[in-house]
Amino acid sequence: MIWVALGSALGGTARYFVSGVVGRHIGETFPWGTLTVNVTGAFTIGLFAGLASAHSLFSSGAPLQFMVVGFLGSYTTVSSFSLQTLALARDGEFPRAIGNVAASLALCLTAVALGYAIGSAVLGSVVS
Amino acid sequence: MTEQETTVAARSRTGREERPRADQTRLPRRKAALRARWRKIRGPLSLYLAVAAGSVCGGVLRASTSAVVQQIGDAGFPLGTLFVNVVGSFIIGFYATLTGPDGRSFVSVRQRQFVMTGICGGFTTFSVFSLETFRLVQADRLLAAGANVGISVLAWLAAVWLGHAIASRINRIGGN
Repeated sequence: MIWVALGSALGGTARYFVSGVVGRHIGETFPWGTLTVNVTGAFTIGLFAGLASAHSLFSSGAPLQFMVVGFLGSYTTVSSFSLQTLALARDGEFPRAIGNVAASLALCLTAVALGYAIGSAVLGSVVS
Repeated sequence: MTEQETTVAARSRTGREERPRADQTRLPRRKAALRARWRKIRGPLSLYLAVAAGSVCGGVLRASTSAVVQQIGDAGFPLGTLFVNVVGSFIIGFYATLTGPDGRSFVSVRQRQFVMTGICGGFTTFSVFSLETFRLVQADRLLAAGANVGISVLAWLAAVWLGHAIASRINRIGGN
């Protein structure tokens, strides 16, 4: 649990930082910050799962608790995504609300698959 | 003017102790610069600390809650993650509306960041949801993967809307 707590502290702070920076640079009319955080987080968790499939070091214990459950779990967020989608829908911005849902799902699922492929290929080739 | 500055000014008027005056003004000036810099970062720093503290609470709660729910429910479907994401969405919808501009209760920016960005953000997770969906696809359980995506999105949005609706109801009730 100490690893989860430590990872969460860093993950949550990193999310706040990244989504703030992205929001300030691109603008707040669309939740780009949350989207960026979720897609990069999904890619990294895929990468980590790929590494875990190739080497047991990553598949259990402290690295998994710290990185996956703690850091990446807290780095990405569903609550802000839901709240921002609801806000768009309440403002009558239905295309943007639906676009946010579609883009989040499509990009995150692609990112996790891509990360997994890269992670397993890279470490697989290094180990074997 | 501070007490120290008045003494320095008084001394220079008499024309004595020119040299110590330079030393005495430089030190407070550096101190003042440091203090000004601290005032500048104090606000953002306290927000970062609030987010970090909230994330620790949210993350640890998520890890324990989703593990418990996963053990109770069917192990073939990622119910634990679904549960935390729905609960987190409900809470953020409720809290954001209750403490928003038209909200019934007034709270500081720091407390909002602590609860919304920290606790709710740390409690919910998009990355684990994505990974679990990917694992279902990998295991050739396409129906379960599709169901996970469909049910999750509908349940998250329904939960955040429900939280918002209940809080708006409370906001409309009279009182302080």
